[in-house]
Amino acid sequence: MGALLEKIKIPHDRFEMRLSGSGGQGMILAAVIMGEAIGIGGKKNVVQSQSYGPEARGGASKSDVVVSPNEIFYPKAMRLDLLLAMTQESLDSYYPDLKEDGVLIVDDVLVTDFPTDKYYGLPFTRLAREEAGHVMVANVIALAAIAELTGIVDREALTNAVLNRAPRGTADKNKKAIEIGFREAARLKEKKG
Amino acid sequence: MATAVKQRSDVILDYIRPRKKFPSVWCAGCGNGIVMSALIRAIEKAGYSKDGIAMLSGIGCSSRMPIYFDVSALHTTHGRALGFATGVKFARPELKVIVITGDGDALAIGGNHFIHACRRNIDITAILLNNYIYGMTGGQGSPTTPSEAFSTTTPYGNVEKHFEPCDLAAAAGATFVGRTTVYHAPQMEKLLGDAMAHRGFSLVEVVSNCHTYFGRLNRQGDAVSMINHFKEQSVPVAKSRKMSPEELEGKIVTGKLHEVDKTEFCDEYQRVVDAVQGRN
Amino acid sequence: MPDKKRVLMQGNHACVAGAIYAGMRFYAGYPITPSTEVAEGCARRLPEIGGRFIQMEDEIGSIAAVIGASVAGLKSMTATSGPGYSLMVENIGYAYMTETPCVIINVQRGGPSTGLPTKVSQSDTMQARWGTHGDYTAIAVAPSSVAETVTETIRAFNLSERFRTPVTLLLDEVIGHMREIITLPEPGECEVVERVKPTCPPEQFIPFEMTESLVNPMPAYGEGYRNVITGLTHDTMGFTTNKPVEIAPKLDKLRNKIMRHVDEITRLRTEFIDDAEILFISYGSVARAAFQAAKIAREAGAKVGAIQLQSIWPFPDKELMELCARCRKVIVGELNMGQVAIEVERVLPRDTEVHTLLRYDGEILTPMQLLEKLDEVL
Ligand SMILES: Cc1ncc(C[n+]2csc(CCOP(=O)(O)OP(=O)(O)O)c2C)c(N)n1
Ligand code: SF4
Repeated sequence: MGALLEKIKIPHDRFEMRLSGSGGQGMILAAVIMGEAIGIGGKKNVVQSQSYGPEARGGASKSDVVVSPNEIFYPKAMRLDLLLAMTQESLDSYYPDLKEDGVLIVDDVLVTDFPTDKYYGLPFTRLAREEAGHVMVANVIALAAIAELTGIVDREALTNAVLNRAPRGTADKNKKAIEIGFREAARLKEKKG
Repeated sequence: MATAVKQRSDVILDYIRPRKKFPSVWCAGCGNGIVMSALIRAIEKAGYSKDGIAMLSGIGCSSRMPIYFDVSALHTTHGRALGFATGVKFARPELKVIVITGDGDALAIGGNHFIHACRRNIDITAILLNNYIYGMTGGQGSPTTPSEAFSTTTPYGNVEKHFEPCDLAAAAGATFVGRTTVYHAPQMEKLLGDAMAHRGFSLVEVVSNCHTYFGRLNRQGDAVSMINHFKEQSVPVAKSRKMSPEELEGKIVTGKLHEVDKTEFCDEYQRVVDAVQGRN
Repeated sequence: MPDKKRVLMQGNHACVAGAIYAGMRFYAGYPITPSTEVAEGCARRLPEIGGRFIQMEDEIGSIAAVIGASVAGLKSMTATSGPGYSLMVENIGYAYMTETPCVIINVQRGGPSTGLPTKVSQSDTMQARWGTHGDYTAIAVAPSSVAETVTETIRAFNLSERFRTPVTLLLDEVIGHMREIITLPEPGECEVVERVKPTCPPEQFIPFEMTESLVNPMPAYGEGYRNVITGLTHDTMGFTTNKPVEIAPKLDKLRNKIMRHVDEITRLRTEFIDDAEILFISYGSVARAAFQAAKIAREAGAKVGAIQLQSIWPFPDKELMELCARCRKVIVGELNMGQVAIEVERVLPRDTEVHTLLRYDGEILTPMQLLEKLDEVL
């Protein structure tokens, strides 16, 4: 390794998150909603990209959101600041990309094997089914939890973005999901101190 | 009689591109010229304005025709004229769009575009000059070359089967299909007129003589004897209905073979545009 | 409400937005990954504005219909990817020869053949230049962001109309599929070039006259000019010719009408190039990695800059020569085996070291890889 590589630093003006799970869990839509919440509501620069093709049809699915107050040069994630893993498979695949002090958020019902004890665990899928009324909104609960845990976007901007993308007739379930996500994440934060 | 002839040639001259240098690329006696004059008369009779016509073609002897016509002419690539014509018609539905094509152009390299233009029922009149051979490139076999016939690429006789363009077009969804030969000039004029008046995809197959290649390689003599042969082979469609398949063997059935009424592509699209724009 | 205009948009949809802004009203195409969203966007948007969308039977028919619609007077385009572009090239040549404006979007994926439908590549860069047979001069532009995709699509149409020639917009899978927050231009904000139509009476019209500008007015079918258009080599009247004295001038015209205006066509973006001793040269998605790498390297004290080729063909010989005059080394990064690197080597003086970092495994070059290369050649 030459002299230059020893001196370089990972850019500090970017926040990189990856939303991962299995195909059908709505990770791509979640990333688009997060991107819109931050980029339109929050007025920051956003790039959203995803794994595409056969990979996106079942199996591990991932979608990245890069956020910065400055122009975003490299559009893909370099070192994740946040990883949301909705399944064991996605956690195993992407945990190595999370930086040392990065935030790990998992569905702690679907994930059983943890590579670290520094994580936030919430039963997103169960909460969606049992409290919000549909498993479909597990991704929205997760988005709300991310917002609460990181402060990357405020509740109003997130709510607007979710409702803007929500299929007709699902607004109430989605509002409920947002409420659950913020509430549960706040509780978790408190518990962890 | 003499005056009638004079008037006819005036009509022809009226539709010929004024600044194009003649003679044409066609061999003397080629059936292409007969089709061209019948088409001019049919257009003149229908009263279509020259400015309102777009005439397209692919590549081949027959496909040179639009270049000599005093209309907007698009001499395109081999086999693709119907693709180009779809663009012209769809972009400007008010134009009368005519496509001149050969048997190789329409059915070999252009076969895919041919069946899909039929299927869409887009308002285009395709005139397929079927001379059973590739004229332009010097007499190779085509998808309509009869079994056992000779061409430069079937020197021992054609081992392949041939397409019937009219059957193919009707099966693919064309809503007007007719056949004639270069012998039957008045019938051709009428058929072309009806085809152009029809709203939807119309095909007129004109059996034509390439005496230079097909005639020579298959010992069918010069242009005149080939054209006479078409006369002898032909059976009007009404009569053919009373004939057995054996009797129809080797015959050319002429006249309007198929006509149905179906919605036309550009009209249907316009309906969608109107609905989307809330005009309905 | 200025906020209204901020949208999170995908690169492929940005093509649609840019094209419609530029006045595109006709789309013909055949679905192929990773370009399909362009077709889907057009299918939805065009009827809303009275435009026309058609899914053709294949890419050959698609580009044929696009050219047909253009001679009928509509600004038209198609979008495809490698295999589809390969099918289109004969008719793209027809558009060069007949001087028919149209825009072809190639969202590049890996090849040859069916290759890598969902993976990024830049391996059709040379195809955009030399895809069809014969001698001609090609224009190709290559945006590297969603915002640039909007503006470069508009520019592609403008160049196409301005020079009466097909223009290829080279995207790659990364740019085509990623979403970015952009602000769409307001009407009037970007220049839109309209086709120049003849004003003389039809009998005086010489469709391919050798004028000063070499670019002739173009009537639409149905407007009374009744001109003939052929892909055979033709004289100024549009009639086929075999005369040497007419053939060479026609080919010169196809070249010179563009090459005399390279400055107008060329567009480059530069970052951190003042006092740079080493420059990255790249385009499309790789340019994003190169800017990032240059930024990181600068922060670490290295005198490194980056040049993005926003237009690739005609190749920006003069500009590159000037920009690289004071640097000793360049690193060309691209997602192929060195298609632009060859051009850079041709253009730069012998004593400038041209290094390459080439990737053709379906993945994008990362800033880290560029930095490692930089470290190696420093
Ligand atoms: C892509 C391509 N392949 C081959 C040719 C050569 N070619 C020119 S005309 C022709 C055949 C024409 O035959 P047909 O359509 O029957 O028309 P005809 O000349 O008999 O009127 C061929 C193969 C070409 N021009 N383009
Ligand atoms: S070669 Fe045949 S088809 Fe061509 S012009 Fe001569 S006779 Fe006609």
